[in-house]
Amino acid sequence: MTTQQAAVFDARGITKVYDMGEVQVHALRGVDLQLMDSEVIVLLGPSGSGKSTLLNILGGLDTPTQGQVFYRGSELTRAGESRLTAYRRHHVGFVFQFYNLIPSLTARENVALVTEIADDPMDPEEALAIVDLTDRMDHFPSQLSGGEQQRIAIARAIAKRPDVLLCDEPTGALDISTGVLVLEAIERVNRELATTTAVITHNAAISNIADRVIRLADGRIDGIEANERKLRPDQLSW
Amino acid sequence: MRAIQLKVFRNLWRLKGQVAAIAVVITVGVAMFITYFSTFDSLSRTQATFYERYRFADVFAGVKRAPNHLASRFESIPGVAQVDTRVVAEVALDVEGMSEPVSGRLISMDVARTARLNDVALLRGRLPEPGRTDEVLIGEGFALAHGLDPGGSFYAVINGRKRELDVVGIGLSPEYVYAIRPGDLMPDDSRFGVMWMDHKALATAFDMEGGFNDIALQLVPGASADAAIASLDRLLEPYGGLGAFPRSLQISNWYLDSELRQLRGFGLFVPVVFLSVAAFLLNVVLRRIVAVQREQIAALKALGYSNAQVGWHYAQWSLLISVVGGIFGIWLGSWMGRGMIGLYNDYFRFPFLDYRLTTGVVLTATLFGLAAAIVGALGAVRQAVRLPPAEAMRPAPPALYRKTWIERLGIERVLSQPARIVLRNLKSHPLRTAASIVGIGFSAGLMIIGLFFLDTIDVVMDLQFNQIQRQDITLSFVEPRASAAFREVSRLPGVLDAAPARSLAVRLRAGHRTRQSAILGIETAARLQRVVDTDFRPVDLPPAGLVLSSKLAEILRVRPGSTLTLEVLEGTRPVRQVTVTRTIDEYMGAQAYMDMNTLHGLMREGRILSGAYLRVDPRLADSLYARLKLIPAVAGVALKSAAMIEFQRQMDEMMGVFIFFNVVFAAVITVGVVYNVARIALSERQHELASLRVLGFTRGEISSILLGELAVLTVTAIPLGLAMGYGFAGFMVVVFDTELYRFPLVITPRTYAASALVVLLSAALSGLLVRRRLDHLDLIEVLKVKE
Repeated sequence: MTTQQAAVFDARGITKVYDMGEVQVHALRGVDLQLMDSEVIVLLGPSGSGKSTLLNILGGLDTPTQGQVFYRGSELTRAGESRLTAYRRHHVGFVFQFYNLIPSLTARENVALVTEIADDPMDPEEALAIVDLTDRMDHFPSQLSGGEQQRIAIARAIAKRPDVLLCDEPTGALDISTGVLVLEAIERVNRELATTTAVITHNAAISNIADRVIRLADGRIDGIEANERKLRPDQLSW
Repeated sequence: MRAIQLKVFRNLWRLKGQVAAIAVVITVGVAMFITYFSTFDSLSRTQATFYERYRFADVFAGVKRAPNHLASRFESIPGVAQVDTRVVAEVALDVEGMSEPVSGRLISMDVARTARLNDVALLRGRLPEPGRTDEVLIGEGFALAHGLDPGGSFYAVINGRKRELDVVGIGLSPEYVYAIRPGDLMPDDSRFGVMWMDHKALATAFDMEGGFNDIALQLVPGASADAAIASLDRLLEPYGGLGAFPRSLQISNWYLDSELRQLRGFGLFVPVVFLSVAAFLLNVVLRRIVAVQREQIAALKALGYSNAQVGWHYAQWSLLISVVGGIFGIWLGSWMGRGMIGLYNDYFRFPFLDYRLTTGVVLTATLFGLAAAIVGALGAVRQAVRLPPAEAMRPAPPALYRKTWIERLGIERVLSQPARIVLRNLKSHPLRTAASIVGIGFSAGLMIIGLFFLDTIDVVMDLQFNQIQRQDITLSFVEPRASAAFREVSRLPGVLDAAPARSLAVRLRAGHRTRQSAILGIETAARLQRVVDTDFRPVDLPPAGLVLSSKLAEILRVRPGSTLTLEVLEGTRPVRQVTVTRTIDEYMGAQAYMDMNTLHGLMREGRILSGAYLRVDPRLADSLYARLKLIPAVAGVALKSAAMIEFQRQMDEMMGVFIFFNVVFAAVITVGVVYNVARIALSERQHELASLRVLGFTRGEISSILLGELAVLTVTAIPLGLAMGYGFAGFMVVVFDTELYRFPLVITPRTYAASALVVLLSAALSGLLVRRRLDHLDLIEVLKVKE
């Protein structure tokens, strides 16, 4: 999916400063970035480079101190709390490093949590089928392995048929074989649903599945490169 | 059910211990509200209905003797709707099974008339027939106390002659809902009976034909009772009027009203305490939940749940707990209310006293419960709403710890590391620590409220029965008479000591304030009835002037040195100016005293007495009573021992229930607070404690850190709670400061100790419950879970 299409995200000069009492932490120092329809990008960088902050801002979880972010032409940086909530509810799917499942709900119920408030969702079962977990539907998170939990989180993220899928270190807590399963699920969603996907990682190997790789260092973009030789997740090794 | 809803139920189920502990506190709060207010409601409705249906009068007055034609003058008093004139007579009764004489009050009823004021609700039998001097309708309490039924009979000394009276009916009057003999502490149905006889028959028996000695007025709605009283007093003046008074000062109604006021006061105070504690617990627990579920909150928000939805999610926890507690509370409250009405049925006699739990009371109680839930949830909901989703992704920053001031005092070296952890933990949540201490303190305070009554009543009883009344018997004569009657009585076999009694009916006037009262004549160096102040010091009356109980002085707003107008309501009805020479603090009544000789001088009378105080040989008591029954001059005999026993019995009955519930409720609060605080501390520190276990600390050592925290809370809370209890008791003393009785603020060490003990035991119990969890702490699991 390397053909250039319309920009889904257009971020201009984003700066994020955290006020930590006595010190000010510059998480982002003027980032310009565009994300195109249906592409997979990987945000690569060491911890503290501003990856998560950028993802949170794109996902409407956080707002920049300076700069503008447009989502399909409408400015997120001027949206209030309720518009951001609606934006997350209808357009964004999140996958977190530590899954963030609700421990008191089963796999199916965790997915239902989203389908119950989305506009045109899949059935939870359908979403779980995409991540190949229909047989574990009625298990609670504590009864599932880390990889399984992360695939549930992906099912939960995609069940609303989001326009963008934002994954923050989705394999960070997993071993390689489990990580591959999770990445396959992400890749499949992108392939079958054409969902614009951004994956954060500090693992350079994973950038091989991307259409484009964006390197971040110290709150700045260090380089953007198009990946000419995209690999399947099962071809990765680290 | 929606997934987010399922989450609420499953989370609550997981926390069931804590949920139950909070729900029980709410249950008690709601139950107390329901109990007090449904009882208040049932009693006051019954009172209103009874008063209305049986035409309870608005103004009452006694007179020595007034002619019947005066009644038409009363009718022309502005605002008067109906007038009833009656003959009321105090008689001595001789009832089978009672060796001592019993006091009776005979009241005339115009049997032929239909709409009588203060009418009697006929429960069984029939009304007395016109003209029959041997037929009476008797009050239900008296009938039950002596097993008297229609067809039964007893004797009365009527106008000096002993006559047999046949019981033809049993009834109840709005005038005697609380049938207490004047001067008694408690009603005693076996020694005081009210009975009704046909008006003509009674008037004839007491030489009152063509006249009356008691008046009841009913006013048109909105009419001024004060104006009617003034007019009535003027009309009665020439006939020996004893002073008119409004319904609010009618003795039975006064007791009933003050009981209702107390119910309402308690009904607000106690539930507010419990629901405040519940709100505090909800606050603490929910804040902890929100802290633990930071990442879940972040996920929910990231998934598109709005702040309102997230806030509502956590508010639901609180509301659900409150609803569960409330439902049990309503159930428990209606059960206790029913029981309370059952108790009241023994004290207040109504022809019908049904328990009614109205929707209004249930709704208000529910609102109270919900208010506690909302107040309790507020902090946590705000926290959940305010949590920025991006920030929630990261673990919470560690709590801010500082060295405590205790450590900075320089005793740092003596504190072990675990002791430092305990102190710093408490210090790092100052509000929660303070609120926990206050919460536990409340339960100690509640215990004191319960037990303090025993202490204070002991003091009042001791003063009243051992210091003031040293006589065994107080006799009252039918009318004040010369000392010959006294000499006759004092020479009876079995009388060890006798002292004359003189009580003078008066109206005291200071400016525009007036009070009807009786002046008690006290002899110098009195041996039997004495005047003793609340410091247990016998008071010698000054040879001149009037001594007032502080309460009476307060009512009249006079001080020693003030001058009062004294209108005597008997004999030649002289009006005199007297000086108040002293006031004394007393617990019972609002008396006035005067030196016996000064009183005689004031009345320009010889040795005129209204009764006698007797000390008797217990072995000869029965034969003495038999002799007294035959003396026509004797109208009433009050036995100190009977009064003491009855007082003690009724107190035990009431206080037993009251104290039992207080102990249970205090324990509920302590367990609720300590258990929840402990569970939260455990949840916050299981990492730390598990780490310590890994480092080689024993179970006992880590327990001592957690339980040490609870111990510090409890031990700090106890002195505070005892001080709070002192304050509550002081509040009760003010609430119970009435014209009829007052209570001293006396709390014995026994009460303090018992209160502290209940709190300690409840805290220890809660500690044990948490300790069990600590013993089962799974080290690996706890350390694996990401905080």
